[in-house]
Amino acid sequence: MADSMAPGAPEDGGTRRDFLQLVTASFAAVGVGALVWPFISSMNPARDVLALSTTEVDIAPIAVGSAITAVWRGKPIFIRHRTQKEIDEARAVPLDQLRDPQTDQSRVKKPEWLVMIGICTHLGCVPLGQKPTDPKGPFDGWFCPCHGSAYDSSGRIRQGPAPTNLAIPDYAFETDTKIRIG
Amino acid sequence: MASGLHESDVANPVLRWIDARLPVITMMQKEYGTFPTPRNFNYFWNFGALAMVNLLIMIATGVFLAMNYTPHTSMAFDSVERIMRDVNFGWLLRYVHANGASMFFIVVYIHIWRGLYYGSYKAPRELLWMLGVVIFLLMMATAFMGYVLPWGQMSFWGATVITNLFSALPLIGPDIVTWLWGGFSVDNPTLNRFYSLHYLLPFVIFGVVFLHVAALHITGSNNPLGIDPKGPQDTVPFHPYYTAKDSVGLIAYFVVFAILVFFFPNMLGHPDNYIPANPLVTPAHIVPEWYFLPFYAILRAVPDKLGGVALMFGSIAILFVLPWLDTSPVRSMRFRPVAKIFLFLWLIAFFVLLYCGGKPPEEPFVTIARVAAAYYFLYFLVILPLLGRLERPLPLPESIARPVLRGGGPLPVGAMSKPMEKA
Repeated sequence: MADSMAPGAPEDGGTRRDFLQLVTASFAAVGVGALVWPFISSMNPARDVLALSTTEVDIAPIAVGSAITAVWRGKPIFIRHRTQKEIDEARAVPLDQLRDPQTDQSRVKKPEWLVMIGICTHLGCVPLGQKPTDPKGPFDGWFCPCHGSAYDSSGRIRQGPAPTNLAIPDYAFETDTKIRIG
Repeated sequence: MASGLHESDVANPVLRWIDARLPVITMMQKEYGTFPTPRNFNYFWNFGALAMVNLLIMIATGVFLAMNYTPHTSMAFDSVERIMRDVNFGWLLRYVHANGASMFFIVVYIHIWRGLYYGSYKAPRELLWMLGVVIFLLMMATAFMGYVLPWGQMSFWGATVITNLFSALPLIGPDIVTWLWGGFSVDNPTLNRFYSLHYLLPFVIFGVVFLHVAALHITGSNNPLGIDPKGPQDTVPFHPYYTAKDSVGLIAYFVVFAILVFFFPNMLGHPDNYIPANPLVTPAHIVPEWYFLPFYAILRAVPDKLGGVALMFGSIAILFVLPWLDTSPVRSMRFRPVAKIFLFLWLIAFFVLLYCGGKPPEEPFVTIARVAAAYYFLYFLVILPLLGRLERPLPLPESIARPVLRGGGPLPVGAMSKPMEKA
C-alpha cells in the first residue's frame, strides 16, 4: 500500500496518476451526460401537450353505414357505424389470410362501432374511405393513396406496403352515445 | 519573431500593423493568391466555388426572410404569403431562397459527379471527400426542414412521411418519432424546432465547409488527369488564373439562377404547397422536392418498410466508404476505359431513380426503380472493387505540363521555357 502511494510507482500496471485521470474522466462523462439530458428531454411532449390527451365524442348522430373523423392528439380518429354486411365480411375472413392476424372481435368493443387511429401504418398518410364518395379499396374498407395500402372493413391491412393493421386507440363507452378517447 | 509579432510583407502600414498581430492577409495571400493550383482545370472545377457562393446567398436571403416569418402553425402560411405580397422585395427574397435551394443541389450534384469521374475521393483526399459527404447530409436535413416552414400541404405531409421513416427502427422507433415531433403528430412544437434547426444548420455547414477547404489546401486540388503536379511547371497561382476562371463560371451560374427566379420561380416547386396544411387530408400524390427523388425512389423500391429506410440511408452512407471500395490507383476515368462505361451507367441509374421517384408507386415505375436501385449499389459494392483488379488502365501521361503543351509530341521551345524558368 505504501509503495503504491509513491508518485509514478506502477503497481498492477497502474499509478496514482492513472487512477486520478480515470476518475476525473468518468466524473466528467457523467456530468456531461447529466447536463445533456435536460436538453434531450425538452424535445419530448410538453405537459400542455400531454394534458390534451383525451377527447370525448358524441356518436349519436352517426347513421348506420356512415363515419366521422374526430381529432385526438392531433391525429385523425375514424369512427365508423358499421353495417351488418361490413361486420359479416370482416368476421368471415380466415386469420391465415391476414398479414397482421387479429380477429374482428378483438378490434371492437361493440360490433357496430369501429374506432381506429386513421393513420396509415406505412408512413403516416390518412387513408381514404371515410366519405361515401371515397375509394374504399378492394376490401371494402380504406385505401391509402400515398403508397397503395388497402385495409378491410375491420381496418386490417390486406394489401400494399403497410406492416400492421390500423391502430386502435384506448377508448371507452361513457354512455351508449358518447365515447371517450385516450 | 522574438517580440511574438508576425513578420508581414504588406506594404500599407495600417494593414501591416494588423497583419503583424493577426496574419489574415498573409494567410489569404498564401491560400488564395499564390496558392499553387494544377494548370489543367476544366470548368467542372468551378463548382466548389459556386457552392460556396450559393451557401452565402442562402444565408443572406434566409436571415432577411426570418425577419418577416412567424414560426407558428396558425400564422406560418399567412406570414409567407405576406412576404410574397406586402413585404418590399419579399417575393424576390423568397424566390431566390427557394430556387437557391434547387441551385445549391444542382451545383453540389455536379461537384459530386466531378469527384466521382476524376477520382477526387482517392488517397490522399479520403477525408476531404468524407467531409463533403457530411456537408451533403447537412444540406439535405436543412433543405427538408426549410421546406416544412411555409406550412403548406406538401410541407406538412412531407414532414409526416419523412419523420415516420424513423418509426421503422425496431423497438425505439415510435419513441424517437414522438421525440422528433414533440407531440403525437407533426404540429406546432415540430414547426418550432424545425425553424430553430433550419436557422442553425447552415452555420454548421459553414463550419464543415471550412474544414473541407482546409483539408483541400493540405492535399491540394485533384485535376482532370488525376496525376499529381510534379513541380512548378504543372501549377499556376490561384490568383489571377482561377479567380478569373471561377468568375466566368459564376456569371453562367447567375444567368441560370436569374432565369429560374424571374421566369420560372415555381417550376421546381409543387402547387399543393400553396394550400395551407391540413392534418386530416393527405394530398393524393405526395412527392418530395426534386433533389430528394432518387433517394425517395430507392425507399419505395423496397417492399419492406425497414428495408426501404435502410437502403435509402445506405445509398448515401456508402459514399463514406467509397475511397476504400474503389481499389484502382488510377484516379481519372479518362484512363479507365471500362470503369468509365459503368460510371456513366450509374449516372443513368441516378436519373432513372430521379424520374421514378416523381411518379406514382405503380408499375412499370416500381420495377424500373428496383433495377436502377440494384445497379446503384452494384456499382459501388461489386463493380468498383472488382474493376480495380481486372481493368487494364490506359498509360498515364508523365506530367500535367506535357499533354497541356501539345499532346505527347516534342514540345515547342517557347511553350516550355517559361514555366521551366520558375523551376
